[in-house]
Parts: sequence; structure tokens; C-alpha cells
Amino acid sequence: MQNRFADLLARKPQGLLNLYITAGYPGRHDTVPLLRTLAEAGADILEIGVPFSDPLADGPVIQQTSAVALRNGMTLKALLQELRGVREVLPDTPLLLMGYLNPVMQLGMEEFCRQASAAGIDGVILPDLPAEEYAEFYQDTFRRYNLRPVFLVTPQTSEARIRRLDELTDAFLYLVSGPGLTGGNQTADQGAQQAYLQRVAALNLRNPRLVGFGIADKASFEQACQHAHGAIIGSALLRALDGAADPHAAARQFVQGIRTTQPASTPATS
Amino acid sequence: MSHYQPSARGYYGQFGGAFIPEMLYPNVEELREQYLDILADESFQREYQLLLRDYVGRPTPLFKAERLSQHFGATIYLKREDLCHTGAHKVNNTVGQILLAERLGKKRIIAETGAGQHGVATATVCALRGLECIVYMGAVDMERQKPNVARMRMLGAEVRAAVSGSQTLKDATNEAIRDWISNPTDTHYIIGSVVGPHPYPDLVARLQAVISEEIRRQLREKTGSELPDYVVACVGGGSNAAGAFYHYLDEPAVKLVAVEAAGHGVDTDKSAATSVLGRPGIIHGSRTLLMQDEHGQITEPHSISAGLDYPGIGPLHAFLADSKRAQFLSITDADALQAAQLCSRLEGIIPALESAHAIAALQVMDLKPTDVVVLNLSGRGDKDLETYLRELHLA
Repeated sequence: MQNRFADLLARKPQGLLNLYITAGYPGRHDTVPLLRTLAEAGADILEIGVPFSDPLADGPVIQQTSAVALRNGMTLKALLQELRGVREVLPDTPLLLMGYLNPVMQLGMEEFCRQASAAGIDGVILPDLPAEEYAEFYQDTFRRYNLRPVFLVTPQTSEARIRRLDELTDAFLYLVSGPGLTGGNQTADQGAQQAYLQRVAALNLRNPRLVGFGIADKASFEQACQHAHGAIIGSALLRALDGAADPHAAARQFVQGIRTTQPASTPATS
Repeated sequence: MSHYQPSARGYYGQFGGAFIPEMLYPNVEELREQYLDILADESFQREYQLLLRDYVGRPTPLFKAERLSQHFGATIYLKREDLCHTGAHKVNNTVGQILLAERLGKKRIIAETGAGQHGVATATVCALRGLECIVYMGAVDMERQKPNVARMRMLGAEVRAAVSGSQTLKDATNEAIRDWISNPTDTHYIIGSVVGPHPYPDLVARLQAVISEEIRRQLREKTGSELPDYVVACVGGGSNAAGAFYHYLDEPAVKLVAVEAAGHGVDTDKSAATSVLGRPGIIHGSRTLLMQDEHGQITEPHSISAGLDYPGIGPLHAFLADSKRAQFLSITDADALQAAQLCSRLEGIIPALESAHAIAALQVMDLKPTDVVVLNLSGRGDKDLETYLRELHLA
């Protein structure tokens, strides 16, 4: 079975840049073109956020972009249809769907996996689907469709539990950088964050580790990459797209700000 | 009562569970591992029972409402939860949960509130025990339940406005959960209803079960039988109904009536009657009946009553509806207002808008003269006076 995560890691073992956008934002039909722009600009992994009315784990930026996307008329069904052509433009980039469980349940998990797999999606992040429920009810379905779950790990997650999560996937582990929501200021206590990332690194897990929540610019990206294989940026990118006359130009500029050795061109945000 | 107790993973039939992001896992797991032991602990029980008696003012009376009985053509007893300290049943739960929070070593308390009764009850016990208290309340609810906002502030709590979505109870709950995610070690979240991830629905039901425990004893003293024909209670999330039903769940002779808010009517888009309009879905960490659109987006409910204005119901209630153990009725805003006036004028008791829905249900229950009905009068109506005067044209 093809595993684009493993293929990517073989090509590039460090400094992976994973970017998140909300599907249907800023415009209803921007999603696939933006994914392409971000990959061409240097993103290694792309997460496609499925907008939900009540995104419990998300901060103000993703709450806002989700509300706009829903007003734009984005739905899970429409998104899955739109993604059918994505592999023609992005043959190798690992693609994930990230969203909350309720819209998926209404479509039906089997149908969701079938359509996601047909579109060439590699992984799924459902923050409110606990690992236990996944293992008992959905693991077989995911496997049948060659989809990989991604689980979140926090500074409070016990070692035993981290190891259990590591066993349940072969995509990557999503290390939540600190206490808080997406787009928050978790990197404030850098000492505690580094100690946590080092502690997880020392566990010699099967899966690569990507750090997310509060990663906003070149400095926080590089800091996070010191003890992990890469990092995930969502809210800061969406802020850069907000109100941009040309979202593609804004997206390119944002990625360049992370990737170049020059000081970030996007203002650092908390 | 095994049939209506949740499974080890918190399921009532197909409803319940704990659908939470990993950030909440340690807190919810800690609670799940410890809540039954703490509730059973002798020192906990001693403190809890003492506070229920001397602070809350329990037992609350079971009052035979003669004129309402005459009006509705059956024997109506009112369980006077409106006489609890702070004016509603909510304090039964917060007294228990604050003792539990202390035993878990938590220093900071957060809560959500709709009508403000749970917020006031939480602010009250935080003042009593000297703990920091932050209450999330929808901006719309802060406007329509001003007296309770003032009470919370007087008690020293910080009231934070939830400005997302419909700015009501659902959104306040979202914000409280986000606060808990952001403060994972020192904070206990006192959920006010039988909603949320396991073990909350069971925890809150157990702390409210004192209502039906007292009803059984009081009814036996008054009628010689512990079993009425009906127990009637309103349901938003469902905590007062859970408490009133709890010790009757395994008494099939007792008919349980859960009364939801129809808002403008269940055939309009302004309603909160989840059992009629909802489908299985996930809200606030629980699989339950949920008002949502075809794409799984949660829809905005409507009720004139801030305490019933919620797009879900607790998983126990979803199970009671699904298994037909309880009968679910829905009452419009207009009928609830009329019932509030009726109860005020016939019994000299001004009920909360939430409880007024339960009273209005008596009109549609097809009661027989021999029927004995216990109605849980969950709260008093002081907080709703502005609405009553305006809507009933009494100002």
C-alpha cells in the first residue's frame, strides 16, 4: 500500500512544513488552487480543514474562517467532490482531511472513507474521535481504504498513551505544542515546550512527529523543528489570506517567509 | 437501576460516550476514574448532606397545589426546587461538584450558563469555598437574564460573554470547553446539566437524584404510596428532569414526561424541541440527539427560555426518548408564558420560564381525576420578570 508520509520522510527527514487551510476559505472554490500554490511554494504536507459550526479545539481564527466557509456554502460532500481532481495537480504531497466528527457521521464513516480514498487523501485528523473509539469501530474501515489516522499528543499525554497512539497509525503524531487552542500563544513558555518535545523525541517512536498549535512564523517553526520532524501552521497562514487581494500571492509570500533565511516577511503574531 | 445506568464507557444504549479532543483526555479521565469513589466516600457524603440541608435548604417541600389541581382535573404536587438557595435545582449539582473539585485539588472553577441559574449556583459555591470562578454566558442570554448576571458579579465571579454562533447556551458551553483545553491542570469544569462527555451526564444525574429520593419519601408520607402516576419536568439539557426521574426510572408504573421548548412551534425554524427535530450526532463530547442540518452542522435553537435554548439533550434523555421510557412533549413560548401566569395567579408561585413549560404540559396530558402528578418546579421566576411583564403586557 502506498504511504505518501513514509515516501516523504525518505526524501526529506527533517524540517517538514505542514500547512492547514480551511476548505471554502477565503472563497468557495479556492481550495484546490490554494493547495497547489502552497505545495509549489514549498509546503511538504497539506491539511484541508472541513468547516464545522462548533469547532471546539480551535481558536478565533479557525472559528472565523470556518464560519466564512460555511456561509460560502462549503460542505463535506461538496469538498469531497471537489477533491476528486486534486491528485492530477498534486501527485506526491501527503494530503489530510481535518475536521470534527459530526459532519463525518452524518455522511457515514464508510462513505466518507470511500470518497476520501477515491480522491487520493492519505490521512484524517478527527480531534474529537478518541483513539479508543477509532480502534474499536473504525480502524478496519480506515485500513480498507488506505487512510491513516493522525492522533494528537499533548504535554499531559502519558508515555503509555503516546505509545498506544503511535501503534495505531503510520502517518505521524501531531504534538500539540502546549496548553491552548489553535492559533494560541503556546510558545510563550519555550523552556517547557522544548522539554516536552525532547521528552517525546526520546521515546523512539515509530512515527515522525510534527508540532502544531501556535506555530506562526519562521522563528517558532524552526524552534519546533529542533526536536521534531516538522511543524504545522494554520491560523497564521489563514490570517495572511484574510482580506488579501490575491490569496495566491499572499500564500506564496507566507511560505517564503517561513522557508527563506531572510527575516519573515509576515509580521510575527502571537 | 442497571438498565438506565451508563456502561463503563458512558453509553446509555447508543447514546453517550466521551468524544473529546486529546487535550481534555487527562482531565476527563481523572474525573472518570475518581468520581464514583469520591461520591461514595464517607467524608464527601457527610459534607454534601450537611450543605444540602443547612446551605441549600433541603429537603425542599412537596406542595399539594390545590387550585392547579382543580384547574387541570388531577392531583398536582409541586416539588419546590424553586425554594433551593439561589432559586433553582442547579445548586444541588454545584455543591457536590465543588466538593469534588476540592478533592481533585483544583483551584479554578469554570462553568457555562444559559438562564444564569447554573452560573449563579456555581458562583455561590465558589464564594462559599473561596475558589476563583469564571462563568461563560451567551451575550444574548446576558441581555435577557440580567438579574442573574448581576448576582454572579455580586458573588465575585467573572462573567465572560460568548459572542460566537447564536450567543446562547451552546456557545457558552463551547467557550467553557475551550477554556478547559487552555487550562488543563488547575481547572475543574462544573457542567450544569446532564450533558458533556462521560462521566458528566452520570455525575450530574447522581447529584440531582436527591430530588426524586425526596419525592418518594414525601409522597409516601402524603398519599401512602411512593409512586405517582406521572412525574413531569422540563428538559433543556435535562438536569432537573434527570433528578426528578432518577429513582423512578425502574418503576414502569410511573409515567415520565419530559417537556421540551417548542419555541414558535416544532414546524417552524424557531424551536428547541430536540427529541422531535434532532438526529443522532455529537455535541459537547456526547453522542446524543442533536438539532443539525443535513451536512451535520449544528443548527441554532430557539426558545424564549434561555435555560431550554439548547440544540441537544443529555444522552440519558436521548435514550429515554428512543426507548420510549419517557414521553416527550413540546410547549410553545406562548403557552409557557400563559402557564407562568396561571401558576402565579392560582398558587402564588412565580415559576421560572423553564418550569413554566412543564406546567403548560399538564394542559395537553389528558389527565384523569384520579391521577397523581408530581411536577418538578425547577426554579423561581424572579429572573424572568422583565420578560413576563413585557410578553404578558402587564407593564
